[in-house]
Amino acid sequence: MSTVGDNPRTLVVERVFAHSPEKLWRALTESPLLAQWMMANDFEPVVGHRFQFRREPLPQWNGIVDCEVTVVEPLQRLVYSWGIGGGAAGGGLQWVIEWTLTPAEGGTLVRMEQSGFGLEQKANYQGAKYGWQKFFANLECTLGGLEG
Amino acid sequence: MQSAADSVFRALADPTRRAIFEELSRQGEQTVHALTRRAGVSQPAVSKHLSVLKRAKLVGHRREGRETHYRAEPEALTPMVDWLRYYGAFWRDRFDLLEELLKRMDTEK
Repeated sequence: MSTVGDNPRTLVVERVFAHSPEKLWRALTESPLLAQWMMANDFEPVVGHRFQFRREPLPQWNGIVDCEVTVVEPLQRLVYSWGIGGGAAGGGLQWVIEWTLTPAEGGTLVRMEQSGFGLEQKANYQGAKYGWQKFFANLECTLGGLEG
Repeated sequence: MQSAADSVFRALADPTRRAIFEELSRQGEQTVHALTRRAGVSQPAVSKHLSVLKRAKLVGHRREGRETHYRAEPEALTPMVDWLRYYGAFWRDRFDLLEELLKRMDTEK
């Protein structure tokens, strides 16, 4: 089963796999295995390691994702940034991808959360008042209308 | 799609622009003067923000005499909604591929 969060700010996909956390951790962190289900990569499970995912370019995207590992908690949690178009530093977009493994009945619950929208949250008055959360909450009707 | 969503995300990256867009969405059409009174920043700043929103097609305008009236164009959010759907499908596909890999890892052992 996979689900996508209702909150448009954050995308969550979860699924229970009938495999051990050890095996899932290998699939998430061993570069050749990761390449088989994600994309070609030079990932290493080391905090601060910068790496790329690469796929064939699309008309509006060069196929490169610039990432940096920020959290490595073996068998439990893996977090890296996910930058498109050069990421935040290059004027592109940047997200955070967080993987969480939890032992579950019949296997391991894998949770992927993509958050941030690559948008820096400026901590000024307007930022506090008009955070993304409020923005989307207020536009819920608008978004609902678009999807209808 | 990537670039259309990109311009919308970027235009809305600034909290003051989000506030202006939200104000126009909620209150309907307004002049720069009315927006400036509420925004708490200078009129040139509001005008600059409006031009960014216009480029992203999030805001439309019409002239009436000496005044320009601005309005929100919520349809412009569509690329952002599409983008979210795209990534939803992207991750579900990845999970399917992960499932297949895990099975292969069993046989390889």
